[in-house]
Amino acid sequence: MASIFQGIGAATSSLSSSASFETKILQFNSLRSVSGRKCGSVVMRAGGANMDSGSNKIGGRADQLVTNAVATKADTQAASTASKPGHELLLFEALREGLEEEMERDALVCVMGEDVGHYGGSYKVTKGLAEKYSDLRVLDTPIAENSFTGMGIGAAMTGLRPIIEGMNMGFLLLAFNQISNNCGMLHYTSGGQFKIPIVIRGPGGVGRQLGAEHSQRLESYFQSIPGIQMVACSTPYNAKGLMKAAIRSDNPVILFEHVLLYNLKERIPDEEYVLNLEEAEMVRPGEHITILTYSRMRYHVMQAAKTLVNKGYDPEVIDIRSLKPFDLYTIGNSIKKTHRVLIVEECMRTGGIGASLTAAITENFHDYLDAPIMCLSSQDVPTPYAGTLEEWTVVQPPQIVAAVEQLCR
Amino acid sequence: MASTYLTKSKSFIIHTLKSKLHYTTRTSHFTNSLFHHRLLHTLSPLPPVPKHANYYSIGKDYVARRSHATTSASSQINQLPVESPSSQILDFPGGKVKFTKNMIFTSNSTEERVNCYRVLDDNGQPFTDDIDLLKINKELALKMYTNMVTLEVMDTVFYESQRQGRISFYATTTGEEAINIASAAALDNNDFVFPQYREPGALLWRGFTLQEFANQLFGNKHEYGKGRQMPVHYGSRKHNYITVASTVATQIPHAVGAAYSLKMEKQDSCVITYFGDGGTSTGDFHAALNFAAVLEVPVIFFCRNNGWAISTPVNEQFRSDGVVVRGKAYGVPSIRIDGNDALAIYNAVCEARKLAINEQTPVLIEALTYRAGHHTTSDDSTRYRSVDEIERWKGDQNPVKRLKKWIESKGWWDNVAESEYRSNIRKQVAQAIQVAEQIEKPPVADMFNDVYDVPPRNLNEQEAFVRKTVKKHREDYPADVPL
Repeated sequence: MASIFQGIGAATSSLSSSASFETKILQFNSLRSVSGRKCGSVVMRAGGANMDSGSNKIGGRADQLVTNAVATKADTQAASTASKPGHELLLFEALREGLEEEMERDALVCVMGEDVGHYGGSYKVTKGLAEKYSDLRVLDTPIAENSFTGMGIGAAMTGLRPIIEGMNMGFLLLAFNQISNNCGMLHYTSGGQFKIPIVIRGPGGVGRQLGAEHSQRLESYFQSIPGIQMVACSTPYNAKGLMKAAIRSDNPVILFEHVLLYNLKERIPDEEYVLNLEEAEMVRPGEHITILTYSRMRYHVMQAAKTLVNKGYDPEVIDIRSLKPFDLYTIGNSIKKTHRVLIVEECMRTGGIGASLTAAITENFHDYLDAPIMCLSSQDVPTPYAGTLEEWTVVQPPQIVAAVEQLCR
Repeated sequence: MASTYLTKSKSFIIHTLKSKLHYTTRTSHFTNSLFHHRLLHTLSPLPPVPKHANYYSIGKDYVARRSHATTSASSQINQLPVESPSSQILDFPGGKVKFTKNMIFTSNSTEERVNCYRVLDDNGQPFTDDIDLLKINKELALKMYTNMVTLEVMDTVFYESQRQGRISFYATTTGEEAINIASAAALDNNDFVFPQYREPGALLWRGFTLQEFANQLFGNKHEYGKGRQMPVHYGSRKHNYITVASTVATQIPHAVGAAYSLKMEKQDSCVITYFGDGGTSTGDFHAALNFAAVLEVPVIFFCRNNGWAISTPVNEQFRSDGVVVRGKAYGVPSIRIDGNDALAIYNAVCEARKLAINEQTPVLIEALTYRAGHHTTSDDSTRYRSVDEIERWKGDQNPVKRLKKWIESKGWWDNVAESEYRSNIRKQVAQAIQVAEQIEKPPVADMFNDVYDVPPRNLNEQEAFVRKTVKKHREDYPADVPL
């Protein structure tokens, strides 16, 4: 079950990593257990039976976890290999599949955004939905992000479950007032009377020469807003699962996609599955160092991991997925095992996700660290247009390798 | 040739809009004819544009989608015209436009302003004897009047209680009682209200009690907001009154979204949202009006043009003829009404509601009134306006007094009833304040609830930390806040 990566445009060296990992089938009946991360209540299947490095199955550790408030049916390895092989699709198709399944399941789910209707969305995530579900349910809006985000909030307060698409995450800066002052707050300030089950999603991150204004990493700016949840998807499997979970959640959720990951191809299960919004994903278990990353940087890290393995290191790679709140349980267990942390992110150095994560880890796991936490981020510069310069603003695999070598000395 | 035709509903809307109620209609180019041609008419020696020229398909998708596009076999092709140049028409995306040889800039203002709809004159007498037009029987009139008086008394007493230090903050509705009560009276209880912060009267009309108001002002544990918001930021789900947020005009797009949800679910109700003259300068106002017109949703935009945005008078807020003309710019039927005339407001909102629901269209109402009180208790408006001006508007133009004149002239009310009622309400409000003051405040646990549906780990940790600190240093924390 190889995951074949296709970059947009010409495939470059930095994106040609082909991480192969097996996808396990997960079924969660309920997604409301945000509280389920207390130590004693998570059950681990014994022995790490899925972790045979020899069989080339670097597996999702997530399937071994049973969160406390949720009755889960985690398949064993034998069962999952015997199940249907699933179907292959690209990440944006996975998002659409998740969206469509939720719209089918619940008539209150609707989509709003620029060009989402008949145009099918700028990245084709909503293609075909307007024809299927009518113009009213897949709504094309005029260009005013603060307004259609506000519209979504009003619709959510009066009973709908809207999904707001920002054509590019950077445009949501225009909606910051609505997102911070109203979306995040109204459930609280109304005394719980009005809930806002909204999903705000869109592509962000540094793309291929999109210019400074269209290469923003909004997760930095939004992470402080109380009342919202943030998740970042990175594979077709978790894209679909997180999309469905976000729609079903009663909290406002911001789902960060990445412009360059939309054409990732993977085989995902045919069965319905929903992922946990607050959970991190174990990409590659290891012993020497914990590398925390999310979104596109996961692929840079995995490519660096290949080099590191050849050099004799055994990195543990975790895709944190949940940007707010952090899955400190998974992260903490990893740190307790490896004692070294490297954070690889695309945010800018100042005030990014990495900065918050560094603080959270230091506060909670300081005693377990054998070395200072290292954080590799983009520089505090607007993203240049020139391709060579743009490449240098983003963390590249050689830097990751060098950082690991330095930390593991 | 590709042409589109309008659905029946759109032509029906136009037809109805042109009827008697003095609404300025949206002038839409493609309502002039049922068939929309895509040919270029010109005198220059260009060949006729081919039938499926892409140049003209920019707007086609929009029009096509809205009108369930089908191609019709219309053959009304206008050949190169023989008439004079000024009656030629150009088919731009978005509709037909007539040419003119005169280069005229539209002026920046009109000499004549949009007229203002009013029912009662300065002496509280109706302009017309048409009883139907008045639509208001004794019971309704008295209910409106007594609610307006309650609002007036409530404002006075609560304002004083802030001055005495019993509550921390207050904003009066003085001078806008008619807007508050009469507009709410014209609506159904199922209609959602998205207020700014100067419309507690709508809640009062719907049955919010004086005690409930007082509870919110004191932030005690009985209030629906659980003590989390400032005073006057009321909110009540059961009254369909959305919690007030301090941000200006953010509720306007919310209202459009709520109207959208009503339209999706085919409900027989509408949404109303209130805002002031200052709020119409924000980006949210313009985009929301635009959206509502494009989406054709049942929302009433009610602008309380009270002359002042804190210290900014309207002539420093905008240079258009008030707010009513902005509706036309966005294609929204609009009306200007006398905001101190309860009957005019009642009539206009009744009609606006019918229009909004039956035609699925937004409506803009600009009510001209005066903010007779200060912006809030943090403001002293005599610093930027004359006391004379304030007193004048508190005088005979006062909406409560004007309605009183009318109901007295009908023999439904008199001074005895007036003083009795006022003193009764004053007592009730004072009582409510006393009771609210004694009630416990919400517990510390409520600081961490409702941020999310289920508190996440970090909030649980933070709550535990706060509790530990409070327990350890109990004497440093207020005694009346339970854990």
